[in-house]
Amino acid sequence: MFLTYTRRELRRRARQASIIALGLALGIGLVITVTALSTGVRNAQGEILHSLYGQDTDITVTKPPKFGSFSAGGGERFRFGGTGTPPKAGTKVNIDNLTSGGLGTLTSANVTAAARLSGVAAAAGGLTLTDTKDSITIPRSNGGFGGFGGGTGTFHPPTSMSVDGVDLSGNGAALGPLSSAKLVSGRTLRQTDANADVVLLNSDYARSNKLSVGSTVTIAKISFKVAGLVEQAATGNPPDAFIPLARAQALGTAAGKSLKGKVNTVYVAANSAQNITAVSKELSALLPGTTVTNQNDLAKQLTGSVASASSLASNLGRWLAIAVLAAAFLLASLLTTAAVSRRVREFGTLKALGWTSRRVVGQVVGEAITIGVIGGAVGVGLGFLGSALVGHFAPPLSAAVGPTTGSATPGGARTFTGGMFAGGGGSGGVPGGGGFPGGFERSQSALAGATPTVHVHLIPAVSGSAIATAVVLAIAGGLIAGGFGGWRASRLRPAAALARVE
Amino acid sequence: MYKLTGVKKDYQKGHEVVHALQGVDLTIGDGEWLAIQGPTGHGKSTLLQMLGGLDRPTAGSIQFGDHAGDDLAQLRESQVTKMRAESIGFIFQTFNLVQTLNAQENVEAALVPLRVPTAERRRRAKAALANLGMADRVHHLPSELSGGQQQRVAIARALVKDPQVLLADEPTGNLDEGTRDDIMALLEELWRDHRLTMVLVTHDSMVARRAQRLGVMQNGRLSIKQDTRDQPAASTRPT
Repeated sequence: MFLTYTRRELRRRARQASIIALGLALGIGLVITVTALSTGVRNAQGEILHSLYGQDTDITVTKPPKFGSFSAGGGERFRFGGTGTPPKAGTKVNIDNLTSGGLGTLTSANVTAAARLSGVAAAAGGLTLTDTKDSITIPRSNGGFGGFGGGTGTFHPPTSMSVDGVDLSGNGAALGPLSSAKLVSGRTLRQTDANADVVLLNSDYARSNKLSVGSTVTIAKISFKVAGLVEQAATGNPPDAFIPLARAQALGTAAGKSLKGKVNTVYVAANSAQNITAVSKELSALLPGTTVTNQNDLAKQLTGSVASASSLASNLGRWLAIAVLAAAFLLASLLTTAAVSRRVREFGTLKALGWTSRRVVGQVVGEAITIGVIGGAVGVGLGFLGSALVGHFAPPLSAAVGPTTGSATPGGARTFTGGMFAGGGGSGGVPGGGGFPGGFERSQSALAGATPTVHVHLIPAVSGSAIATAVVLAIAGGLIAGGFGGWRASRLRPAAALARVE
Repeated sequence: MYKLTGVKKDYQKGHEVVHALQGVDLTIGDGEWLAIQGPTGHGKSTLLQMLGGLDRPTAGSIQFGDHAGDDLAQLRESQVTKMRAESIGFIFQTFNLVQTLNAQENVEAALVPLRVPTAERRRRAKAALANLGMADRVHHLPSELSGGQQQRVAIARALVKDPQVLLADEPTGNLDEGTRDDIMALLEELWRDHRLTMVLVTHDSMVARRAQRLGVMQNGRLSIKQDTRDQPAASTRPT
């Protein structure tokens, strides 16, 4: 009887039921679309952020360089030639140094300690280095001061290549920037490559330098064979090359000191998204003086339309959906109450037949919930449609990440503005007291400008939880509307109801 | 079946108090047919509502049935509702059928509160309609039935649960003369066959004369004008 009565009654007031259902559908559809949009923006952010330091990495730990590790003007001290023995004039000197600039160092023991923290699923160390090549010809000296003078010196601008040392043991390869790189040619690095002179190149770098799988690349004067080419997102200034960590430690230097047993970035994966903040705090306590950065920190630095879309979805979008849903609930309640008022005599008759108030109220609530469920089903459809339309018509989102001092994020460690060169035009020489100095200084800029802007396509994603929310909202809408109407019906006195003239 | 003692009913109408019933004393025996006549607005329908437990009196008592303790004025709402579901059938002037249910479903609606199983409910509804000559109209909606047919459906609905009492409020008020006679003849037959206690409110003298007892409501007071309980029903009495 209930189903028959409900079906017939809804058919009788089909127009009113449709309005209620449509109102609920619009509200629910909007909630789903906004939720999908938020998820899409979050995924876009994640895609951008994961490209910075790897798919599964939640937190990075870095250390600012020690004060005074650079000379005034910053930079590494390059050493070439023998101890104090100046090269002869006309000698061509080739420089190829693999250095850590802009970041302090941590030890392997720090990595192990980080991995043991509660809430940490895995931790791995890495080295972010720069291989700088230069070739200079020592000019003739006028004596007195050593260094350059008299005739013009031969100057070639140096070239640099960013190199990441990757820990190939355990979870190392699953964390860090290499984990988000996509292999496009050759093979990736294996655990057995731990001490081998093999390199993975960024495909853009390889293309620019006419390199391919099987080519040879010199890093710190050692020939590395190109094992494969990888593609990486442009955000975060991806490294040009990946080599085994052990080789990077053996060949690299930091402030003139060996990097054996050292890393300058620790990549940490938390065992759950909820633990990221807690783990970040633990890491800060474990490794004082370091910079601990997690996704939330980086997300705050995202600029561009992805940040605007995120703000739009979470603020305006959310409140708009709530407002529309509230209006839909109110409309449903008012129309249901009005429908009950028009059926006063009918309900009075049913009560006269012996129907209890509870049964009458149950009928009203049941009808309202049925309309709510219909509205919910249509709303889910509208939500999918809205999400598809947004995904189809939305322009690509742009994003750039601002600088983060002392972190492995792009800008700080890898930017190189060239150096200061003394000499040229007889202007005197590099101080050295008659001899060629033990080195000259070059400035490595701490100028970490914003990373390049990258574009990502917004793909709204409708999740199961969004659909479940829609179902709950639909039933809630029906219950609220039915509650108002049912309350009205329950208060009917049969005699008064029967006396009503319709 | 009923014993009313000093029943009063007052209504608030704006600033005024309307005394719809002013101390009604009435006894209705089992199987009796009482007609109540009177001008509009003098308390006929109000008295019927008291008898059906559709409203509560302001004062007085209404003893119902065999249980001396069943004072309709004092029972809880749920008890009164249960009593209506089991023992009292109603017929209204405007038929009061549920417009979205067909004839059979309207009759079934009276059995729903009694939790009769679906199959049994349908069987009894069909049988009740068939008894009233409506077997071929069971799937028609009220809008597809004539006035007389709708009233037959309403009568079937009232009687499908085998009530003890049938309360009819102007059952022929919306019918033409021919149909009125048909319906009255039908009611009389049912009253006799089912041994019902029937209280019928009407302003039509032709209808009222058919009852065993005739009461007249005037300004909220009831006076008995005719008592033919010891005689056959009006339709069978010699004219």
